[in-house]
Amino acid sequence: MENSTNKSGLMGWLDSRMPITKVWKEHMAEYYAPSNFNFWYFFGSLAILVLVNQIITGVWLTMHYKADAAQAFGVIEYIMRDVPWGWLIRYLHTTGASAFFIVIYLHMFRGLMYGSYKNPREIVWVLGMVLYLALMAEAFMGYVLPWGNMSYWGAKVITQLFGVIPFVGDTLLEWIRGDYLISDATLNRFFALHVVLIPIILLVLVFLHIVALHAVGSNNPDGIDIKKNKDENGVPKDGIAFHPYYTVKDLFGVGMFLLIFLFIVFVKPDLGGLFLEHDNFVPANPMVTPEHIKPVWYFTPFYAMLKAVPDPLGGMIIMFAAIIMLFFLPWLDRSEVKSIRYRLLPFKLALSAFVLSFVTLGWLGMQSGSTIQGYMSVICTVVYFLYFVFLFFYTKNEKHKPIPERLTH
Amino acid sequence: MTDKVNESRRNLLIATSVVGAIGAGFAAVPFLKSWMPSERAKSAGGPVEADFSKLEMGQKLDVNWRGQPIFIVKRDKAQLATLPELNSRLKDPDSEKSLQADWAKNLHRSRKENEGLLVMVGICTHLGCSPKFYPEIVPQVFDSEWKGGFYCPCHNSKFDIAGRVYSGSPAGTNLVIPPYAFIDENSLIIGVDEIEGGA
Repeated sequence: MENSTNKSGLMGWLDSRMPITKVWKEHMAEYYAPSNFNFWYFFGSLAILVLVNQIITGVWLTMHYKADAAQAFGVIEYIMRDVPWGWLIRYLHTTGASAFFIVIYLHMFRGLMYGSYKNPREIVWVLGMVLYLALMAEAFMGYVLPWGNMSYWGAKVITQLFGVIPFVGDTLLEWIRGDYLISDATLNRFFALHVVLIPIILLVLVFLHIVALHAVGSNNPDGIDIKKNKDENGVPKDGIAFHPYYTVKDLFGVGMFLLIFLFIVFVKPDLGGLFLEHDNFVPANPMVTPEHIKPVWYFTPFYAMLKAVPDPLGGMIIMFAAIIMLFFLPWLDRSEVKSIRYRLLPFKLALSAFVLSFVTLGWLGMQSGSTIQGYMSVICTVVYFLYFVFLFFYTKNEKHKPIPERLTH
Repeated sequence: MTDKVNESRRNLLIATSVVGAIGAGFAAVPFLKSWMPSERAKSAGGPVEADFSKLEMGQKLDVNWRGQPIFIVKRDKAQLATLPELNSRLKDPDSEKSLQADWAKNLHRSRKENEGLLVMVGICTHLGCSPKFYPEIVPQVFDSEWKGGFYCPCHNSKFDIAGRVYSGSPAGTNLVIPPYAFIDENSLIIGVDEIEGGA
């Protein structure tokens, strides 16, 4: 309020009614971020960019789409062929979905590398994980909407997971599907959730994610607290204003991102069956199973874990546990050092093994599953979970390199 | 302020909150229940009749019930004869853990009136793919000692000619036998256990 009363004119009038200048200063012009942000710090702002892309292209797609099992498949072809620029809007949306996960996975990896989940950013991390879950639900339901055969069977296999829950499974399955099979009722509710409910949840979560981040301040590649060293004005000596310094940096990131993103949109929107699967160019058919059911690439690591366990209920528990474990990272990592820069070889090896197992599972989840691949899935699943066990015990008395007082560049 | 807490108002506040929470709980019921299958879906999911008079020995007929393929197979003597000798290679030879009515919990997994006729949900118990029909008793790429049955190409689950799952398959239980009843010698109804007067 202090800075709003001493201004006159239109801004003064506005500021005394709504904290425009105050919010601008707190979150942009006088939000001091560490001065050593590197490549890995592009992905937060890129995630917002992709979210905006998904919302705008998504709203435009709903103007032509029909959530009707008899029409949905045909209407996608209508959008692609007859709607002016429909092909572009749809490819921006489908490529955007994959881009969203690429950006989010890199964003999360940054957190693992620099210990961004650690005290005092636990809430930021947990909100981010809830966002990731909501994003997976959003992507799964969106994938059902084109009503191709892979949409249909993917929806069937994934909803079937809830059917293995003892006692309530069958009723739960009917409740989710609204029918005894994946049908028009299922398509319709997935559409409602995909375009209304989950986007609202995503936006609220993104807002809270940023509010929580700005309350504690951004971490950085050195993982040290810049608020410990402030100048006479209370500004961190190693901090620079988010605007203009990081808005400009992020703008460069946006340019680089768009270069790659639009190349895929214009030249190879299906990315060889990775972003848009071949079996989904055939209409949904409950009586014919695709030769090889698999989810889109961003779900395949978890799908591989599901397949690695012979028992369906056990597989489902392992799959969900793989995600739930990530929620607890802030408390599993008991180290006093945050950044990988000051951690020793064991941590670096463990994190590499963790990432490697996740990527390998992603590849295995796309394969038809030979015996050797089955063993590999089991090994990678074990390595994935061992990371958390390792982290918990290793970080109790972790030796580390000396941590500097000020940022290094 | 703090030493002037009005206890009676506090109780009122708590009571109001509790009533409000219960009310919100009740208000959620219609929204949750509206996700259950509608009356239209329920009637569309009703029993279906199938005429198998034109089915030859060893042939399979697919009938759609609740969007699931229902396999109807006329099994011959040779196929039925493979069943007892396979027991050692199966996960659940006596169908103890599998889904079927009591009247189908036997070696043939069928009704006594017509033991040769197999009526089965053609959906793999692993992840819901539809297994393919390989009735011939000849070696296959996926099994050199194949005795005829069903093979799921998705994750390599194998089932015998009664839908019983082989050991080593990702599927944990035998294929499901749906409720069905014979109307007469050549037709049956899927979705009900017995025919009630005039159904």
